[in-house]
Amino acid sequence: MSSRRRFARDRHGRIRPGLESPERDLLRMLPQQARELVDHDDPTSQRLFPVAYPDDAAAQSDYTQMMGGSLLEHHQHALDTLVSTIDEASIDADELNGWLGAVEVLRLLLGTQLDVGEDFTEIDPGDPRADQFTVYQYLSMLQNEIVDTLAAALPRGGTAT
Amino acid sequence: MTGPGTEVQPVEVDEPVGGEDVRPDRPWLVIVWNDPINLMSYVTFVFQKLFGFSRDKANKLMLDVHHKGRAVVSSGPRERAELDVFRLHEHGLWATMEQSS
Repeated sequence: MSSRRRFARDRHGRIRPGLESPERDLLRMLPQQARELVDHDDPTSQRLFPVAYPDDAAAQSDYTQMMGGSLLEHHQHALDTLVSTIDEASIDADELNGWLGAVEVLRLLLGTQLDVGEDFTEIDPGDPRADQFTVYQYLSMLQNEIVDTLAAALPRGGTAT
Repeated sequence: MTGPGTEVQPVEVDEPVGGEDVRPDRPWLVIVWNDPINLMSYVTFVFQKLFGFSRDKANKLMLDVHHKGRAVVSSGPRERAELDVFRLHEHGLWATMEQSS
Protein backbone atom coordinates (compact mmCIF):
# COMPACT_ATOMS: atom_id res chain seq x y z
CA MET A 1 0.00 0.00 0.00
CA SER A 2 1.58 3.27 -1.07
CA SER A 3 2.05 6.00 1.49
CA ARG A 4 1.65 8.92 -0.91
CA ARG A 5 -1.14 11.37 -0.17
CA ARG A 6 -4.31 10.39 -1.95
CA PHE A 7 -6.19 13.68 -1.73
CA ALA A 8 -4.25 16.60 -3.13
CA ARG A 9 -6.00 19.95 -3.48
CA ASP A 10 -5.56 21.72 -6.80
CA ARG A 11 -5.24 25.50 -7.10
CA HIS A 12 -9.02 25.87 -7.43
CA GLY A 13 -9.55 24.20 -4.07
CA ARG A 14 -10.90 21.02 -5.65
CA ILE A 15 -9.60 17.68 -4.45
CA ARG A 16 -7.97 15.19 -6.79
CA PRO A 17 -8.31 11.66 -5.44
CA GLY A 18 -5.29 9.60 -6.40
CA LEU A 19 -6.78 6.14 -6.10
CA GLU A 20 -5.52 3.04 -7.87
CA SER A 21 -7.97 1.05 -9.95
CA PRO A 22 -8.35 -1.79 -7.37
CA GLU A 23 -9.14 0.80 -4.70
CA ARG A 24 -11.90 2.29 -6.86
CA ASP A 25 -13.28 -1.20 -7.55
CA LEU A 26 -13.37 -1.93 -3.83
CA LEU A 27 -15.06 1.40 -3.04
CA ARG A 28 -17.68 0.72 -5.70
CA MET A 29 -18.42 -2.75 -4.37
CA LEU A 30 -18.52 -2.14 -0.61
CA PRO A 31 -21.45 0.34 -0.63
CA GLN A 32 -23.54 -2.27 -2.46
CA GLN A 33 -22.81 -4.80 0.29
CA ALA A 34 -23.59 -2.16 2.91
CA ARG A 35 -26.97 -1.43 1.33
CA GLU A 36 -27.83 -5.12 1.38
CA LEU A 37 -27.06 -5.35 5.10
CA VAL A 38 -29.26 -2.33 5.78
CA ASP A 39 -32.06 -3.46 3.44
CA HIS A 40 -32.19 -6.87 5.08
CA ASP A 41 -32.14 -5.39 8.56
CA ASP A 42 -28.97 -7.32 9.35
CA PRO A 43 -28.21 -6.93 13.08
CA THR A 44 -24.87 -5.37 12.08
CA SER A 45 -26.71 -2.39 10.62
CA GLN A 46 -28.06 -1.46 14.06
CA ARG A 47 -24.69 0.24 14.67
CA LEU A 48 -25.74 2.86 12.10
CA PHE A 49 -28.72 3.80 14.26
CA PRO A 50 -27.48 4.44 17.79
CA VAL A 51 -29.80 4.87 20.76
CA ALA A 52 -30.31 8.48 21.90
CA TYR A 53 -32.26 7.74 25.10
CA PRO A 54 -30.85 4.56 26.70
CA ASP A 55 -33.04 4.89 29.81
CA ASP A 56 -36.31 6.03 28.28
CA ALA A 57 -37.98 3.58 25.90
CA ALA A 58 -40.85 5.94 25.01
CA ALA A 59 -38.53 8.85 24.16
CA GLN A 60 -36.30 6.49 22.19
CA SER A 61 -39.27 5.22 20.22
CA ASP A 62 -40.21 8.84 19.36
CA TYR A 63 -36.61 9.58 18.39
CA THR A 64 -36.44 6.56 16.09
CA GLN A 65 -39.74 7.50 14.49
CA MET A 66 -38.75 11.14 13.96
CA MET A 67 -35.10 10.77 13.04
CA GLY A 68 -34.61 7.21 11.77
CA GLY A 69 -35.65 7.99 8.20
CA SER A 70 -33.40 11.04 7.96
CA LEU A 71 -30.48 9.11 9.40
CA LEU A 72 -30.93 6.33 6.84
CA GLU A 73 -31.20 8.90 4.05
CA HIS A 74 -28.03 10.60 5.25
CA HIS A 75 -26.07 7.34 5.18
CA GLN A 76 -27.47 6.36 1.79
CA HIS A 77 -26.67 9.76 0.33
CA ALA A 78 -23.06 9.40 1.49
CA LEU A 79 -22.77 5.94 -0.08
CA ASP A 80 -24.34 7.23 -3.32
CA THR A 81 -21.93 10.16 -3.43
CA LEU A 82 -18.93 7.86 -3.10
CA VAL A 83 -20.09 5.53 -5.85
CA SER A 84 -21.20 8.25 -8.26
CA THR A 85 -17.98 10.28 -7.98
CA ILE A 86 -15.43 7.50 -7.54
CA ASP A 87 -14.07 7.87 -11.10
CA GLU A 88 -14.04 11.69 -11.16
CA ALA A 89 -10.68 13.36 -11.70
CA SER A 90 -11.59 15.95 -9.09
CA ILE A 91 -14.31 16.40 -6.46
CA ASP A 92 -15.37 19.29 -4.25
CA ALA A 93 -15.26 19.43 -0.45
CA ASP A 94 -18.97 18.50 -0.11
CA GLU A 95 -18.36 15.39 -2.16
CA LEU A 96 -15.28 14.54 -0.10
CA ASN A 97 -17.47 14.92 3.00
CA GLY A 98 -19.78 12.38 1.36
CA TRP A 99 -16.83 10.06 0.87
CA LEU A 100 -15.95 10.51 4.53
CA GLY A 101 -19.51 9.61 5.58
CA ALA A 102 -19.51 6.58 3.30
CA VAL A 103 -16.17 5.32 4.62
CA GLU A 104 -17.54 5.83 8.15
CA VAL A 105 -20.59 3.68 7.35
CA LEU A 106 -18.39 0.99 5.83
CA ARG A 107 -16.02 0.99 8.81
CA LEU A 108 -18.89 0.83 11.31
CA LEU A 109 -20.44 -2.16 9.53
CA LEU A 110 -17.16 -4.00 8.99
CA GLY A 111 -15.87 -3.21 12.49
CA THR A 112 -19.12 -4.52 13.96
CA GLN A 113 -18.92 -7.69 11.86
CA LEU A 114 -15.31 -8.21 12.95
CA ASP A 115 -16.26 -7.35 16.53
CA VAL A 116 -13.19 -5.15 16.85
CA GLY A 117 -12.02 -4.08 20.30
CA GLU A 118 -9.60 -1.35 21.39
CA ASP A 119 -6.65 -3.74 21.16
CA PHE A 120 -7.73 -5.30 17.88
CA THR A 121 -4.71 -4.24 15.83
CA GLU A 122 -3.70 -7.38 14.03
CA ILE A 123 -5.09 -10.72 13.02
CA ASP A 124 -3.56 -14.10 12.27
CA PRO A 125 -3.09 -14.50 8.49
CA GLY A 126 -4.83 -17.87 8.70
CA ASP A 127 -7.91 -16.37 10.38
CA PRO A 128 -10.97 -16.56 8.11
CA ARG A 129 -11.57 -12.86 8.83
CA ALA A 130 -8.09 -11.84 7.60
CA ASP A 131 -9.30 -10.45 4.25
CA GLN A 132 -12.06 -8.45 5.90
CA PHE A 133 -9.57 -7.10 8.38
CA THR A 134 -7.26 -5.98 5.57
CA VAL A 135 -10.18 -4.06 4.05
CA TYR A 136 -10.98 -2.58 7.47
CA GLN A 137 -7.40 -1.38 7.85
CA TYR A 138 -7.44 0.08 4.34
CA LEU A 139 -10.65 2.00 5.16
CA SER A 140 -9.05 3.29 8.37
CA MET A 141 -6.08 4.61 6.46
CA LEU A 142 -8.34 6.14 3.81
CA GLN A 143 -10.49 7.81 6.46
CA ASN A 144 -7.43 9.29 8.15
CA GLU A 145 -6.28 10.77 4.85
CA ILE A 146 -9.72 12.24 4.12
CA VAL A 147 -9.88 13.71 7.64
CA ASP A 148 -6.42 15.26 7.20
CA THR A 149 -7.53 16.87 3.94
CA LEU A 150 -10.83 18.23 5.30
CA ALA A 151 -9.43 19.26 8.68
CA ALA A 152 -6.73 21.34 6.97
CA ALA A 153 -9.51 23.63 5.68
CA LEU A 154 -11.05 24.18 9.14
CA PRO A 155 -10.05 27.23 11.17
CA ARG A 156 -7.63 25.94 13.78
CA GLY A 157 -9.09 28.22 16.43
CA GLY A 158 -12.63 27.06 15.75
CA THR A 159 -15.73 29.12 15.02
CA ALA A 160 -17.63 28.71 18.29
CA THR A 161 -18.25 31.95 20.16
CA MET B 1 -24.09 16.80 2.09
CA THR B 2 -27.53 17.79 3.28
CA GLY B 3 -27.62 19.80 6.49
CA PRO B 4 -29.77 18.30 9.22
CA GLY B 5 -31.66 21.55 9.75
CA THR B 6 -33.40 21.23 6.41
CA GLU B 7 -35.21 18.02 7.15
CA VAL B 8 -35.47 17.64 10.88
CA GLN B 9 -38.38 19.03 12.79
CA PRO B 10 -38.26 19.50 16.53
CA VAL B 11 -39.85 16.64 18.34
CA GLU B 12 -43.03 17.26 20.29
CA VAL B 13 -42.68 15.60 23.63
CA ASP B 14 -45.46 14.68 25.99
CA GLU B 15 -44.42 15.57 29.50
CA PRO B 16 -44.91 12.65 31.84
CA VAL B 17 -47.89 12.95 34.18
CA GLY B 18 -46.65 12.64 37.74
CA GLY B 19 -43.92 10.15 38.46
CA GLU B 20 -40.40 11.32 37.74
CA ASP B 21 -39.56 14.94 38.38
CA VAL B 22 -38.65 16.38 34.98
CA ARG B 23 -38.14 20.08 35.51
CA PRO B 24 -37.70 21.99 32.27
CA ASP B 25 -34.99 24.23 33.69
CA ARG B 26 -32.44 21.48 34.02
CA PRO B 27 -30.37 21.38 30.82
CA TRP B 28 -29.95 18.27 28.74
CA LEU B 29 -26.44 16.90 28.34
CA VAL B 30 -25.19 15.41 25.09
CA ILE B 31 -22.74 12.61 25.85
CA VAL B 32 -20.36 10.88 23.45
CA TRP B 33 -19.23 7.41 24.51
CA ASN B 34 -16.02 5.61 23.69
CA ASP B 35 -16.29 2.97 21.01
CA PRO B 36 -13.58 0.76 19.56
CA ILE B 37 -14.31 1.51 15.91
CA ASN B 38 -14.19 5.28 15.48
CA LEU B 39 -10.73 6.69 14.85
CA MET B 40 -9.38 9.36 17.18
CA SER B 41 -8.58 11.71 14.29
CA TYR B 42 -12.11 11.30 12.96
CA VAL B 43 -13.78 12.01 16.32
CA THR B 44 -11.70 15.17 16.76
CA PHE B 45 -12.64 16.31 13.26
CA VAL B 46 -16.35 15.69 13.86
CA PHE B 47 -16.26 17.76 17.06
CA GLN B 48 -14.56 20.62 15.19
CA LYS B 49 -16.96 20.41 12.28
CA LEU B 50 -20.23 20.10 14.20
CA PHE B 51 -19.57 22.41 17.14
CA GLY B 52 -16.99 24.84 15.75
CA PHE B 53 -14.54 23.91 18.51
CA SER B 54 -10.88 24.79 18.18
CA ARG B 55 -8.63 21.90 17.30
CA ASP B 56 -7.26 21.90 20.86
CA LYS B 57 -10.68 21.78 22.49
CA ALA B 58 -11.93 19.11 20.11
CA ASN B 59 -8.82 17.05 20.73
CA LYS B 60 -9.18 17.36 24.51
CA LEU B 61 -12.81 16.22 24.36
CA MET B 62 -11.85 13.30 22.13
CA LEU B 63 -9.17 12.27 24.66
CA ASP B 64 -11.76 12.49 27.46
CA VAL B 65 -13.98 10.13 25.49
CA HIS B 66 -11.05 7.82 24.84
CA HIS B 67 -9.64 7.71 28.38
CA LYS B 68 -12.69 8.29 30.59
CA GLY B 69 -15.14 6.44 28.40
CA ARG B 70 -17.43 9.42 27.84
CA ALA B 71 -17.53 13.21 27.58
CA VAL B 72 -20.25 15.85 27.60
CA VAL B 73 -19.92 17.70 24.29
CA SER B 74 -22.89 20.07 24.49
CA SER B 75 -25.80 20.99 26.71
CA GLY B 76 -28.98 22.99 26.46
CA PRO B 77 -32.72 22.71 25.92
CA ARG B 78 -34.04 19.31 24.96
CA GLU B 79 -34.73 20.08 21.30
CA ARG B 80 -31.27 21.52 20.81
CA ALA B 81 -29.66 18.54 22.53
CA GLU B 82 -31.66 16.13 20.41
CA LEU B 83 -30.52 17.85 17.23
CA ASP B 84 -26.89 17.61 18.37
CA VAL B 85 -27.36 13.90 19.11
CA PHE B 86 -28.84 13.42 15.67
CA ARG B 87 -25.92 15.21 13.98
CA LEU B 88 -23.49 13.04 15.94
CA HIS B 89 -25.43 9.94 14.88
CA GLU B 90 -25.21 11.10 11.25
CA HIS B 91 -21.46 11.00 11.75
CA GLY B 92 -21.49 7.54 13.29
CA LEU B 93 -20.62 8.59 16.83
CA TRP B 94 -22.17 6.83 19.78
CA ALA B 95 -24.07 9.73 21.39
CA THR B 96 -26.83 9.76 24.00
CA MET B 97 -28.63 12.48 25.91
CA GLU B 98 -29.79 12.81 29.50
CA GLN B 99 -31.13 15.56 31.70
CA SER B 100 -28.57 16.90 34.17
CA SER B 101 -29.27 16.06 37.77
